[in-house]
Amino acid sequence: MTNIPETGRTPRVQIRLVVIQILVLSLLGTLGGRLWYLQIREGAQYQKEASGNHVQQVVDPAVRGDILDARGVPLADNETRLVVSASRTDLLKQKDDGKAVLTKLAGVLALKPEDVIQKVRLCDAKTPQPCWNGSPYQPIPITDEATPKQALQIRERSEDFPGITAEPEAVRRYAGPGKSNTAQVLGYLSPVTDAEIQKAKDTDSPYLRSDMVGRSGLERQYDKELRGKAGVTRYEVDNLGRVIGKAKSDAAESGSNLVTSIDSRVQRVAEYELDKAMKAARTQYDKITGENYKADSGAVIVMEAKTGRIVAMASAPTYDPNVWVGGISAKDYKALTGKDSDYPLLNRAIQGQAAPGSTFKVVSTAAAVNAGYVWDGGYPCTSSYSVGGQVFKNFEGENFGPISLGRALEVSCDTVFYGLADREWKKDGGINPKKGEPKDYFFKTAHQFGLGKETGIDLPNEVTGRVPDRQWKLNYWKANKDAWCKSGKKDGSYVEKIAYENCLEGNKMREGDEINYSIGQGDTLVTPIQEAMIYGAVANGGTEYYPTIGKAIISADGRTVQEIKPRVQRKLPVTQATLKGMDDAFAGVITRGTAAWKFGGWPQNKIPLHGKTGTAEVYGKQTTGWLATYSKDYSVIMTISQAGTGSGSAGEAVRNIYSALYGVQGDGSIDKKKALLPKPQTGLPKVRPDGTIINPKVSGDPAKDAEKAQENNPSNGDDQQPATTASPGTGNRNTRRRPHRRRGSRRMPS
Amino acid sequence: MTGANSFSVSRYGPERARWTRIFARDSLTRRLDWPILCAAVALSLMGSLLVYSATRNRTEINQGDPYYFLIRHLMNLGIGLALMIGTIWLGHRALRNAVPILYGVSLFGVLLVLTPLGATINGSRNWIVFGGGFSLQPAEFVKITIILGMAMILAARVDAGDKPYPDHRTVLQSLGLAAVPILIVLLMPDLGTVLAMVSIILGVLLASGASNRWIFGLLTAGVIGCVAIWQLHILDEYQINRFAAFANPDLDPAGVGYNTNQARIAIGSGGLTGAGLFHGSQTTGQFVPEQQTDFVFTVAGEELGFVGAGLIIFLLGVVLWRACRIARDSTELYGTIVAAGIVAWFAFQAFENIGMTLGIMPVTGLPLPFVSYGGSSMFAVWVAVGLLQSIKVQRPMSA
Repeated sequence: MTNIPETGRTPRVQIRLVVIQILVLSLLGTLGGRLWYLQIREGAQYQKEASGNHVQQVVDPAVRGDILDARGVPLADNETRLVVSASRTDLLKQKDDGKAVLTKLAGVLALKPEDVIQKVRLCDAKTPQPCWNGSPYQPIPITDEATPKQALQIRERSEDFPGITAEPEAVRRYAGPGKSNTAQVLGYLSPVTDAEIQKAKDTDSPYLRSDMVGRSGLERQYDKELRGKAGVTRYEVDNLGRVIGKAKSDAAESGSNLVTSIDSRVQRVAEYELDKAMKAARTQYDKITGENYKADSGAVIVMEAKTGRIVAMASAPTYDPNVWVGGISAKDYKALTGKDSDYPLLNRAIQGQAAPGSTFKVVSTAAAVNAGYVWDGGYPCTSSYSVGGQVFKNFEGENFGPISLGRALEVSCDTVFYGLADREWKKDGGINPKKGEPKDYFFKTAHQFGLGKETGIDLPNEVTGRVPDRQWKLNYWKANKDAWCKSGKKDGSYVEKIAYENCLEGNKMREGDEINYSIGQGDTLVTPIQEAMIYGAVANGGTEYYPTIGKAIISADGRTVQEIKPRVQRKLPVTQATLKGMDDAFAGVITRGTAAWKFGGWPQNKIPLHGKTGTAEVYGKQTTGWLATYSKDYSVIMTISQAGTGSGSAGEAVRNIYSALYGVQGDGSIDKKKALLPKPQTGLPKVRPDGTIINPKVSGDPAKDAEKAQENNPSNGDDQQPATTASPGTGNRNTRRRPHRRRGSRRMPS
Repeated sequence: MTGANSFSVSRYGPERARWTRIFARDSLTRRLDWPILCAAVALSLMGSLLVYSATRNRTEINQGDPYYFLIRHLMNLGIGLALMIGTIWLGHRALRNAVPILYGVSLFGVLLVLTPLGATINGSRNWIVFGGGFSLQPAEFVKITIILGMAMILAARVDAGDKPYPDHRTVLQSLGLAAVPILIVLLMPDLGTVLAMVSIILGVLLASGASNRWIFGLLTAGVIGCVAIWQLHILDEYQINRFAAFANPDLDPAGVGYNTNQARIAIGSGGLTGAGLFHGSQTTGQFVPEQQTDFVFTVAGEELGFVGAGLIIFLLGVVLWRACRIARDSTELYGTIVAAGIVAWFAFQAFENIGMTLGIMPVTGLPLPFVSYGGSSMFAVWVAVGLLQSIKVQRPMSA
């Protein structure tokens, strides 16, 4: 500006030139600022993106480990299938993006061309299935069911099929040795979801896009061990996917094999016997409901009493686990999970819960002893017990006079337990106890037995069951009182009356609640696995183990073996003397009590069995039968919903399982050669130097073999008293044990 | 620069005298604007390294010779320097007299592009291809002739002392002169070059002292035009998306959005000091399209980092700053207008080119002055530097 006079130009131009200069500099300043923002402030972020840009991973999936039974027989392994895959990068290099090749391929595979083309397109927000959800650099599978002929056609004319491969690949298979199924215990696999990839991103076992993930059962519980580690090769690539940098690769590590304590033969027997028992129950007439028993679901567990290891676990209804292999169809999926299905995916051994009925008296007996009642005291076993105008009957009014606790357990005398529970209820302060006063021996003991919480078995999604103690009642009332108070009517139907009562004092422990509870009725819920754990503990002298199925994890090369040792969970809150008394009483149940009619001719002197029957009432449904038994080494629990009494519905099946385990023949003799597992399997299967596991062949059908051995069993004959003869419906809540009691009690010395 | 056309045998005396003359206070060399010259040469040399880095692996375009683009870039620079010297030699005043011829030749050039002789590259028909791998973009030279032509018309009566400012008729004449080639370029269609020309017109009008009404009138017309194009749906949605993709790459993920994204990743990953020359993975992997021409700045960003990319902006700043000084110091309006037009041209192209790589401007095909590979652009900007030097050199010394 100093030279305005010199240039002789007007101020307007000079001012405008200054404006231009300032404008230009501010534009450059903007560029500098933006450059600083991108490179310095956000630089780290873009560096990450850049490295993601030019490094591509090619994944070589790891072979999933096998799941083996205790002798090494594979329950789940892998089979080789011919998988035809397309490489997107190769297809895109072709003029028409590979359309011609894919059409030709569809011809060879006998598929529709548009289906094949759809399978190789990449998924995004606008693309509906089918589409490829994985990395574009990963070969995209077109089919895993190619025949060798099709594969040969593709491989021999590879110049006609650029970018297409036909390779054998490992695909999960559930082998089902000896016709066993083990579906719910094994679980199943399905492809990993985006959410799971995100969640596991920064853990020590991140997922790969191509991964299959265990969704339930052992496949889920031991997913990390079974999955192994996929091999990843990193290539530096340019914008067209051409490899420009050197490759860094980690070889795939096969997943470890899981040895379980399941014995596939016993498993088969258990599944077969459960199914047979349910079918048999459906032919029986239930006089209470006036129709045949529905026997809609059931479970059976065979557990090693001294370790908690599961030898067999079956749940009905069941399904074929191989429907999951190679992707489940929408129709199959609906059949397994839809509203109209009977939910066969549920493992009812750990996810089914029902009132335990008289099998619960093992807890009540221990509670009575803990509360100070002497074992041999004379407790009146009257025909009924009245409380405030309400009459609690003892089955068909049997009256055994004053008896000991052991005898009460053996003959399952309800009135003895009613009386004891009622006395405790009164001692605890009745309907309005002072705060902190109730000793609640009956409830406390149930908790000490491990009820009301998971047993901790190595399977996912176990349910807890329920101990209906004061706290639970209060919470339950709070959650439901509004509904109860709305629908409750003093003089209405049965349901309305109950709602009315619950509205008034559902938050309190009523006399009738505790009386009902003492014989395992009412709101009490237990799972079969809890019963197995408790009765196993009674069998082994009072130690509850964590139930386990996994026994050892053996690395794919067989070099490292990680044993899963039995773990003690807790000790039963009982003395050895009490245990002895219970043990005797449970033996009596088999020899002369409620289960005796199913165990006639059993070689009790050689293989002493113990047991307790139970029949639980469910409002609006037929009764649930329980049979909890144990021998020296095993506890066997069977329960069938809507099938009548415990002994009637499950007695024969449980006996057949024991017969198969010990080789007991129909005539009561023992054939050691035919015994499947007279002693629990202690060792692990042997491993060959190449890492494969030596296993015996399971041929034929162990269940049919065992059945054949029972042909002349007198107690399995048709001339027996029907298992499920029901008493006339009296509306009384205590009718459930009547049918088998009718038989047993007559023979019982009083 | 004076050229040693007569050799002296003696090692003393005359020889020394000549050197002294060259560097004498009032000599041509002393009066040259050295900062502009040094900054422009530095930019061109940096450009040659960046172009080499971007093209040494691109076998599909470098005919198997990694130095193909490097050599050509340096050759272009040499020709550019020669053109600059020639321009200084002739002087901008002499060129003023030749404007009608230059205008006619360049107009003929752009028209030729529309004939079958023209070639379409990247969607724009703005090339004339000669044999032997030589090709020209006449539109680059039109920028110069627009500046010179408008300056001639606008400054004539003011420099003659008739009027303080160009009158409306003069302005209209100058706009008409500019409009003809702009319309032709619009037909190619080369939107980037049109925008550069429009900013040149604005710079020229501003510097000429033309009435404010013209400035605001032109700006308003531009805004109304844009709104009309947008509202009347003259462009398809994908065209608008392509335009807006610089801000939101998702609008055109496979096209412009991809370029924008990759360019931003390349620059962002450079950090403070960059990956080192020839070590950028984005550059080596050829993730950024057109990296030796329109996106050459991304090479600097990735391989030289904030320091190197900032240096380019700084050097451009030096050129523009000095050019502004020259515009302000010119004794005649003609020189002022020419210098201001060049400032507007360089500033717009630099801001648009770097801005689009940084994701703050829409993507158009404009080269970065001095740095981008491309003969026509290189020649044109060096002629412009020659004009600036000439304006500075031919200014009467303040006595």
